Amino acid sequence: MKLLRELIFPLIAVVAAFIVGGILILTIGDNPIEAYRLLLGSALSWPDGIGYTLFHATPLIFTGLAVLVGFRCGLFNIGAEGQLYIAAFATAWVGITFARLPALLLVPLCFLAAILIGALWAAIPGVLKARFGSHEVINTIMLNFIAVGLVSYFTQYHYKVPGDPILQTATIGPGAHIARFGQFIPGFPVRIPLNVAFILALLCCGLVYVFLWRTKWGYEIRTTGSNPTAAEYGGISIRKQIVLAMAVSGALAGMVGINEVMGYRYRYYDGFSDNYGFTGIAVALLGRNHPVGVILAALLFAALQHGGIYVDGFSEHVTKDIVQVLQGIIILFVAAEAFFRGPFNKYGLLKHSKV
Amino acid sequence: MKDISTWVLVLSMSTIRTSTPLVLAALGGLFSERSGVINIALEGKMLAGAFTAAAVTYAADAKLGLGAASPWAGLLAGIAAGLLLAAIYAVVCIRYKADQVVSGAAINILMLGIPGFLSGAFFLSSGSTPQIPKEHLMPWTPIILAFVVFVPLSWWVMYRTPFGLRLRAVGEKPEAADAAGVSVNRMRYSGVLLAGVLAGIGGAYLSIGQSSLFTRNMTAGRGFIALAALIFGKWRPVQTMLACLLFGFTEALSIQMQGVIKDIPVQFVQMVPYVLTIIVLAGFIGSSRPPRALGIPYQKEK
Repeated sequence: MKLLRELIFPLIAVVAAFIVGGILILTIGDNPIEAYRLLLGSALSWPDGIGYTLFHATPLIFTGLAVLVGFRCGLFNIGAEGQLYIAAFATAWVGITFARLPALLLVPLCFLAAILIGALWAAIPGVLKARFGSHEVINTIMLNFIAVGLVSYFTQYHYKVPGDPILQTATIGPGAHIARFGQFIPGFPVRIPLNVAFILALLCCGLVYVFLWRTKWGYEIRTTGSNPTAAEYGGISIRKQIVLAMAVSGALAGMVGINEVMGYRYRYYDGFSDNYGFTGIAVALLGRNHPVGVILAALLFAALQHGGIYVDGFSEHVTKDIVQVLQGIIILFVAAEAFFRGPFNKYGLLKHSKV
Repeated sequence: MKDISTWVLVLSMSTIRTSTPLVLAALGGLFSERSGVINIALEGKMLAGAFTAAAVTYAADAKLGLGAASPWAGLLAGIAAGLLLAAIYAVVCIRYKADQVVSGAAINILMLGIPGFLSGAFFLSSGSTPQIPKEHLMPWTPIILAFVVFVPLSWWVMYRTPFGLRLRAVGEKPEAADAAGVSVNRMRYSGVLLAGVLAGIGGAYLSIGQSSLFTRNMTAGRGFIALAALIFGKWRPVQTMLACLLFGFTEALSIQMQGVIKDIPVQFVQMVPYVLTIIVLAGFIGSSRPPRALGIPYQKEK
């Protein structure tokens, strides 16, 4: 019963968003059913559909978890985008600078760089909030732009291969590559970039669950998020929880760098993120701020992202922008849950996201 | 080496141009935030204004043959688009009491998609509108509107009219305003809708004033810079305009110095507004205090 209740509102939001999107498609003179068939129909084909959907889901699981951890502490981390950029660059930097190291050393070092730099970058707005009370939303937005500027500067002025017209760094050492699924699943082509970072993402879902619901730290973070006054009264240092939650959130966002740099392009490529940080907000909200929900929501958005290519290629008028449109509408519906909840339960408002 | 005085003149003119969309959007944000509704959706509203203005100006010019009237049609359409988006945002945030930051982010994501979606259908392009001929652009009107009309008008409305007083009261202490007979929701709807109008004009200026077409993600974060200027200007109209000029100056500088000054990487100049905002918000240079009820949906006592 509880599970059903958890599932029903996200499902209504998705269906409603598809209806609104369908009306939009109709108004531009195209067939919504055909567009949706292209959008979702390709996701289950073997090996490309499934491979690419899981590959696209990987960064979304990381950023979805990052936003989730923030929400559970009552914080809104809009900065996952900046955190993943700076962490991906740090990963590439370690992979380039220590290129000669054997994989046994280099892989953990690169992992550490991604996690640590992501955590540090996210800890900045945490500290600013804890120490000065400045709003994390504004600071994370500002830090997104600063991060993007910094990595673009370092790439352009210091780590680009001279003469390369593309804004990207040199390649990382072979010791920093992580295995693609094609290397150990027979019949699965190596060209599909799905790699072990996907398994890491699933692992992180478990870890986040254990951290938030089975440890003292997680308990303190959740208490801070649901009732800061009670938390303080109970002897929890709210300031410490804010910094801790932001750091964990940033570490999770930073792991996008592992997927991107160590498993996919083997270099830092400027502007690689397809709004992963912002889609993470949609993923966390639609997943009702639960790790299992995050996996499901990430799979949905990843399937849409993959299907977008087919829509672009085969549909007459509809472009892959429909994916972003659907995403926006889904978040609006999830946010304005009262819209659906009204007839169900008039008094349960605003209690949903922060327990 | 260019003549210094020419360079200064070019830089000043460029600063005025780059500040105009910021001033318009930031004043919009001012009305919304002083009424207690956070507006991180400025970016999306500007995109809506920019796309609609360019598309309608082009259509009015090329399809309907409105000639010199076409940029006016475009401007009005841009305002209407900003207003429509603001209306959605207002209903979600005020009527349904949704989280304002979440809904704002949703509006922004939605508007990353809508222009591409529509231009793919109407112009068979991947996210941009066709070129508008130079004589049917609107290079000056929005600048004058921003600096000569809206800045003094906003100040006057905010501090010299009952409307402004009520708006500010609702943003600071909604319970007290409510007890005094002010409709909190009506004031907040007005604030958010005004933000839509002004951000719509700001966006329209980008596409039919500064440029001659809409391109994908044309605002490139200007909605967020406007928000930063609003914070930097401590949620006051004149200070906010000055902050917009400062931030516009950094943008103008980063454009003008390309090829002139090679020692300072352009990325660092572009970062200045963001770094300054973080510093000001933390209270290192003076303090910037948001309206007290900012971001909190108002629940009337039963």
